[in-house]
Amino acid sequence: MRIAVLNFPGSNCELDTIYVLRRLLNLDAELVWHEAFDRSGYDAAILPGGFSYGDYLRAGTIAAHSPAMKHVRAMADEGKPVIGICNGFQMLTEAGLLPGALLRNEGLSFVCRWVSLRVESNRSALTWLLPKGAIIRLPIAHAEGRYVNERRAIRELWRNGQVILTYVDELGNPTPDANPNGSMDNIAGICNERGNVVGLMPHPERGAEGVLSPFGSEDGLMLFESLLYFMNGGDRICGAG
Amino acid sequence: MREYLVEVIIQNKEMAKDPEGETIERDLIHRGGYDSIRAVRSGKYLRMLVKADGPERAREIVVKMCNELRLFNPVVHSCSVKVRASGRKGGD
Repeated sequence: MRIAVLNFPGSNCELDTIYVLRRLLNLDAELVWHEAFDRSGYDAAILPGGFSYGDYLRAGTIAAHSPAMKHVRAMADEGKPVIGICNGFQMLTEAGLLPGALLRNEGLSFVCRWVSLRVESNRSALTWLLPKGAIIRLPIAHAEGRYVNERRAIRELWRNGQVILTYVDELGNPTPDANPNGSMDNIAGICNERGNVVGLMPHPERGAEGVLSPFGSEDGLMLFESLLYFMNGGDRICGAG
Repeated sequence: MREYLVEVIIQNKEMAKDPEGETIERDLIHRGGYDSIRAVRSGKYLRMLVKADGPERAREIVVKMCNELRLFNPVVHSCSVKVRASGRKGGD
C-alpha cells in the first residue's frame, strides 16, 4: 500500500500528513512534487492543506489545473481513494471531482479552532470505520470553507449518503452557532457516489495525537485508519464481531 | 491582427450569499451616509489584451477560455465578458 501526498507550491500540511501516515500508522507514504506525480504504483492520493498558488483567483483553482490532476482524476475513476483536506478539498471541487464550491467564510475572517463534527455517513473512505452519528473533534483553519451548492444538489448528497461530516454543537446538533463558516446544512465534508473521493475542511492530520488536542482526543487517526481499511478492500472492524 | 482590451467580471450568483458585499454596504457605504445605495455585490475583475480578428472574436476567445479553464465556478458564480476598447494594432 503506497500513498502519495502531493506537494503544491504553497502546501503547508503535507509533512503533518506524512508524519501521521508513516509514524503513527506505519504506512508507506511519499511526498511527491505535483509536477512529478505519476499515479502508477500508488494506491491512494492525498491533497493536503495549505495555500496552493497563494489562493490566487480562488482557493484551489490553479492547483486544479496542475498536470498532477490528470493522474488524480484517473485514480478517482479507478476507484482509488483520493482525499482532499482543506485546500485539497477546495482543489477537488475546483477540479469538478466533488460537487459544489467552497466560498469565503460568512464571517469573512480566517477561522482557526477546534470544532465538533457529527459523522453523517460511513460510506466514504475516511469515515468507513466510524459509526454514523458519532461525534468527533478536529481543528479547522481556513478562510474559504463555506460549502455552497444548489439546494437540489445538496438534497441529492444527503439522499446518497455523500454528506459525511457536519459541524455540530457539544450535543450533536447542527446549530447556526456551531457552524464556523456559514456552510449550507453545516456541511464540513462530502464524498463522491463511490465514496473513494473525499473532501473535508477539518484537519484530521492535526487531530491524530492526544498530545496535540486540548481534549486529549485522537479522532483524526480514526479517519486515516478508515482509509487503510478502505484500501484493504473495505472490511469493517466494527459491528457484529 | 489587432489587440482588444477585454474585461472579465466574476461574481457570486444570487443564491450564494456575498458577505463581503454586504459588509461593504453596511459598514462602509451606509455608515458613511450613502443610504440611497443598496444591493452591493463584490466580485473579481480581470482585464486582458486579446489578439483577434475583431471584437466579437476577441470576446469568443475569452468566453471559451473562462469556461474551459474554469475561471469561474458555474455552480456559484456568474461571469460576464466585455470588450472595452476597440482594437489597436498588435505588437507583432
